[in-house]
Amino acid sequence: MARHVVAKADEIAVGSRKIVQVGGRDIGVFNVGGQYYALANKCPHEGAALCAGVVTGLVLSDGPNDYKLTREGEFLRCPWHGWEFDIKTGQSWCDPNSMRVRQFNVKVEHGEDLVKGPYMAETFQVAVEADYVVLDI
Amino acid sequence: MKLPRPGAIDCDVHLAPPDVRGLLPYMSPYWRDQIVNRYIDRSGFQLMSYPARAPQNARADWRDEKGRAGADLERIQRELLDRFELSLAIGHVMHGAVALFNEDMAAEFCKAVNAWVAAERLDKEPRLRASILVHAQNPALAVAEIERCAADKRFVSVLLPVMGDAPLGRRIYWPIYEAAEKAGLAITVHAGSTYRHAPTAVGWTSYQIEDYVLQSSAFENLIVAFLAEGVFQKFPALKLVCMEPGAAWMPTLLWRTAKAWRGMRAETPWLDRSPAEIVRERVRLTLQPFDMPRDPRIVQRLLEQIACDDMLLFSTDYPHWRFEGDDALPDGLPEALVERIIHDNPLATYPRLAGSLQTTSAERETA
Repeated sequence: MARHVVAKADEIAVGSRKIVQVGGRDIGVFNVGGQYYALANKCPHEGAALCAGVVTGLVLSDGPNDYKLTREGEFLRCPWHGWEFDIKTGQSWCDPNSMRVRQFNVKVEHGEDLVKGPYMAETFQVAVEADYVVLDI
Repeated sequence: MKLPRPGAIDCDVHLAPPDVRGLLPYMSPYWRDQIVNRYIDRSGFQLMSYPARAPQNARADWRDEKGRAGADLERIQRELLDRFELSLAIGHVMHGAVALFNEDMAAEFCKAVNAWVAAERLDKEPRLRASILVHAQNPALAVAEIERCAADKRFVSVLLPVMGDAPLGRRIYWPIYEAAEKAGLAITVHAGSTYRHAPTAVGWTSYQIEDYVLQSSAFENLIVAFLAEGVFQKFPALKLVCMEPGAAWMPTLLWRTAKAWRGMRAETPWLDRSPAEIVRERVRLTLQPFDMPRDPRIVQRLLEQIACDDMLLFSTDYPHWRFEGDDALPDGLPEALVERIIHDNPLATYPRLAGSLQTTSAERETA
């Protein structure tokens, strides 16, 4: 397990994502309402680049002619077949127990804590005064 | 194979209706006058889906000297009810009234057919039950007829043809389902078309084999429409019985629908779980004509793929020619499943049968 600094925290605004390469893996880092989540960029269904999909909400209903868009910004829709995944858990909505995308630990750390090391940051310098998104892989 | 025991419940028996003149006593004076003076009483009023002379539409040994079958109560009793030792049989009249464009005339015909069924079949044979014939294209008149007949507990379902003006899941038809659910009646949808549209999705056909074989695709349309339109969610107690659809295609439909739902469900969010689960809970198929191969191993594999012991309902499809002799059940059905098919599933599908089965047993004991 190593700590990988993959982005400045303010680089991934609320509602947006960044797809990073760490240790040979493509990983999508999402900011949902100020919390960061990291998912493998590979749909467990057919292997599509899941994290490039539309970020949307969960449509629920109490019956025909009733439509509720809930949890806006918390669901990811695969660009190939439209399967919906909960960004916070990696679970697919239709089959949450057996169809889920791999999650990674992600957190925000202060530069001054990071510089003490150890960490890996291939693409940029870590400055003491900034916040960074850190993946544990 | 033969039925393992007496007491099976036959969910699909065809009651041949009388000709139009035979229905006149059950019509209002106005319609009697209209129908006689317009020579409509000379019309056959048979649906083209069921040409009477086609071999599969009546077993040779069940035809009378004029070639008719299912028309004589004594023969129905002898050839079906007694011979197969049935406890109950649900009769259906597939009448040309459902294809009329004049909605008032259609409703009058349906009322006459239902009244004839009650007087000439149900009153005379305690083992018979029946479906209520309605004309779907005017739901208000259909509801009125359902409510009129529903007081008679021997009517256990509402009968519709699978191909009418529009997919039967559409909201315009919902008053029919509401009335049926409220009265504890199942919706029974029978193979056949009113020929408002071509009977296949790609247009008109040339030969009867096309019309006959492709009925199963209309049942797929029906089930997917009921799912997508949300009929099963709107009417949680309603059961949909497909009559004579075959069953070998069901695993494919379950798989395709469940798979597509994962990607398209936001469009129909009332489908809050896999459509396959909903179909297994709510859709029932009558057994004959059984469209699976004769090899019992293949039958068992297909049944495993359907994965629902509740789905099949015993039917002879009398007097249609679906099997020889007394072998009303196809080979390859597991013993435990046979009991479900011939007894438990029909009782669970038609809520009104439970009470009437007790009545029938009591009647038999006192007789």
